[in-house]
Amino acid sequence: MISSLIIVIGSLVIIVGLIVFNGASSISLEMITQTPSGGYYLGKGGGILNAILGSLFLALPATAFAYLIGLGIALFLQRDFSHPKISIFIRLSLDILWGIPSIIYGIFCLMIMMLLGIGTSLIAGIVALTLLELPIITRYMDESIKMVPHGLKEGAYSLGSTRFETALKVVRKQAAPGIMAGVLLGLGRGIGDAASILFTAGFSDNIPESIFDSTASLPTMIYHLYSSPIPLVRERAYAAAFILLLIVFSISILSRYLSRKLTKHVIV
Amino acid sequence: MFNESVKIETSNLNVYYHKNHVLRDINVRIPAKKLTAIIGPSGCGKTTLLKTFNRLLEIRDNVKISGEVIVDGENIFSSKKDVSDIRKNMGLLSQKPYPLPMSIYDNVAYGLKIHNHIKSEELYERVKHCLDEAGIWKEVKDRLHDPASGLSLGQQQRLCLARALSVEPEIFLCDEPTSALDPIAAQQIERLLDKLKNNFTVILVTHTLRQAKRLADYVIFLYFGKVVEQGSADELFNNPRNSETKAYVEGDIS
Amino acid sequence: MKDQSYDNNKLIDIKYDMNKRRIRDFIGIKLMQIITIIVSTLFVLIFLILFSKSIPIFENVSLTDLLFSSLWNPEKGEFGLLPIITGTIFVTGISLFIAVPISLLSAVYISEYAHKKTRSFLRPFIDVLAGVPSVVYGLCAFLFLVPLVKDFIAPRFGIESTGLCIFTASITLSVMVFPIIISLCVESFRSIPIELKEASLSVGATKWETIRKVILRASAPSVITAVLLGFGRAFGETIAVNMVVGGIPKIPSTLFHPGQTLASLIASAYGEMMSIPLYESALMFVALILFVVVLIFNLLGIILLRKVKRRWNY
Ligand SMILES: Nc1ncnc2c1ncn2[C@@H]1O[C@H](COP(=O)(O)OP(=O)(O)OP(=O)(O)O)[C@@H](O)[C@H]1O
Ligand SMILES: [Mg+2]
Repeated sequence: MISSLIIVIGSLVIIVGLIVFNGASSISLEMITQTPSGGYYLGKGGGILNAILGSLFLALPATAFAYLIGLGIALFLQRDFSHPKISIFIRLSLDILWGIPSIIYGIFCLMIMMLLGIGTSLIAGIVALTLLELPIITRYMDESIKMVPHGLKEGAYSLGSTRFETALKVVRKQAAPGIMAGVLLGLGRGIGDAASILFTAGFSDNIPESIFDSTASLPTMIYHLYSSPIPLVRERAYAAAFILLLIVFSISILSRYLSRKLTKHVIV
Repeated sequence: MFNESVKIETSNLNVYYHKNHVLRDINVRIPAKKLTAIIGPSGCGKTTLLKTFNRLLEIRDNVKISGEVIVDGENIFSSKKDVSDIRKNMGLLSQKPYPLPMSIYDNVAYGLKIHNHIKSEELYERVKHCLDEAGIWKEVKDRLHDPASGLSLGQQQRLCLARALSVEPEIFLCDEPTSALDPIAAQQIERLLDKLKNNFTVILVTHTLRQAKRLADYVIFLYFGKVVEQGSADELFNNPRNSETKAYVEGDIS
Repeated sequence: MKDQSYDNNKLIDIKYDMNKRRIRDFIGIKLMQIITIIVSTLFVLIFLILFSKSIPIFENVSLTDLLFSSLWNPEKGEFGLLPIITGTIFVTGISLFIAVPISLLSAVYISEYAHKKTRSFLRPFIDVLAGVPSVVYGLCAFLFLVPLVKDFIAPRFGIESTGLCIFTASITLSVMVFPIIISLCVESFRSIPIELKEASLSVGATKWETIRKVILRASAPSVITAVLLGFGRAFGETIAVNMVVGGIPKIPSTLFHPGQTLASLIASAYGEMMSIPLYESALMFVALILFVVVLIFNLLGIILLRKVKRRWNY
């Protein structure tokens, strides 16, 4: 029993160890402040700034959209708005969406892009990531909104708030810790996903200047470089992985910290 | 039946939860600017009756209501007024205080801000006034921007009172507002209620007969979803006409 | 009957028009309703699009050929998915075969044996493992497992391997599935009423017997759900598998030979799919299979889990 646990913990240690060991040695100021220069993929100079910024440009807006859309849905799932029997089906379909592999979202967005005549672009990647994060964020928010006491809503209603005002100003605040946890979980998932943005965001050595430009990202950078025969190029994949892991872990730490901070207003 | 003006009147009010018939043919009249106590054993429908008055019952599932609730001569179920306006007219104090998940100041400012466009100095004055009326200003004036969840239960209940005052209701609906509090906090609330009844119509649901005796001008006795007796406190407590009322008032049934 | 203690008009600038608020309320709620309807029918839309895009391949290649022919040569118009389906079944099956016992035992340890302190220390670890991006799993497998398999494990079985093979992909996936199964199982073990455990212990059962007969049995549906969800994850995983499976669409003769999986195929082929006739449609069909299979398994899992929740809630 202990040995199984050791295998599990050991895998994590190996993963973190490998990435830190390989990544830390490959990281340099040039790596994080420059975009790839000519001959980059043959081992010439440049860095992975395009991927770092690309990841942020993709995941942050996607998370913001997923938050807004998800909040609407999660609030709507309350019995104040939708009949509980209908909510069961909505939750079921969100759970189904949660399980859909991210490559399917990628393909789906690609089809939509072809329909609209858009090529690989920042905006397409954002849409794909939004879809990927949406069920995660929504279900998390929903679970925490479910816990909002009925009496609190009654208190707000008795002051003459409308249902929408109550949902947006009172319920949302009471559920804030859970909402934040969901949003950060979604962000972590979105920033690390490669399969959904592989064909939607494409790849580029430049920092995108408009939402219709293709863009690199940390995961796709890793995916494209990891098997290069040139050691110097492979190092860039390691550096990208190191930064990616750093971001993901920071998000998870931030989530723990914020959830403590946000609970101060929450009544029990 | 009585000469005071009637604030709330129900006619043939029936409420069902699912198929469970919890209020049966309720016909009560509640006088203006008096304290009316609703008494009765647990589960007889007191809370339900109270929440039909400000249409809070409707946000639950499987509730069916028939009959009329007439406030100021107008049936609230067929009124052209928005339901928020009807609710705003009736402050609510619940069994357990539920301060809004914001600061103490914002709890009181919330109601003012959603209904009015108001300057911040005026807002402050109004918040202060309401907190003062609820007898909590002195305790919180130095921590207005702390979370309301940090207050003691008794303070939270008075904050809820201040919050209710902020939107200037004419009626107060109180559902056992002291049952979760310690004796001293309960006494503070009682004193406030006693003061409120000079300016507001107060409806107090209570479990404790003695509280009803101390505070009530009028009393409604509910038993298994029916109004058994209603009348002035004097009469009902000292000279009940109904044998069930008599038994309850004398503590034989509870 | 206005309250006399306030002078209303002096303090308030403008009373908001109730109509305006009512309209905002109405629009807000309608908006919420509309996005809810759109999002909750999204999976139907995804299905329809994948299905309609697969129609050309159905019209040109028979379904039996698609599913049971072992020739996959899009350039020559041969679209037999058997090698890829076989590869997927192997990779997913082996990964679960490894992950399920290890995860279950770990979960039992965490929930029943570990001290409270150890537990609160271990659970974040599991969460962290769940949060590692799949491309990082792939990279680590490439750096660590691939050489290991190439130089040590495969030679032990007398097979020459590049390390990029079914076996490596399975191991990688099993690690990715650990946190899913563990966290669901721990949650379910912990939710079993303590009285039930006490009842068993008090009739003289040992701790291990109690775990086997009471805890595992009582939470069997949750465990099955966890396995089903783990299956969904493994079956649909794309990038990590793609990085280490070898990517050759042939039925592998041993586990140490390269193969290909459905999800990984899509990722590999997207660059060239537009240039070969029917290729795109064939890939859409692959995506459709992926979608439907994962959907069925997840649905089973979710329904089972809901049944369980209802049982313990009362
Ligand atoms: N949401 C609900 N669904 C179904 N039945 C309910 C619901 N709420 C209350 N009831 C039932 O309606 C009846 C009246 O409930 P109500 O809460 O009005 O009683 P009460 O007089 O306020 O009791 P208490 O003194 O315990 O607060 C009870 O029998 C109760 O079981
Ligand atoms: Mg009650």
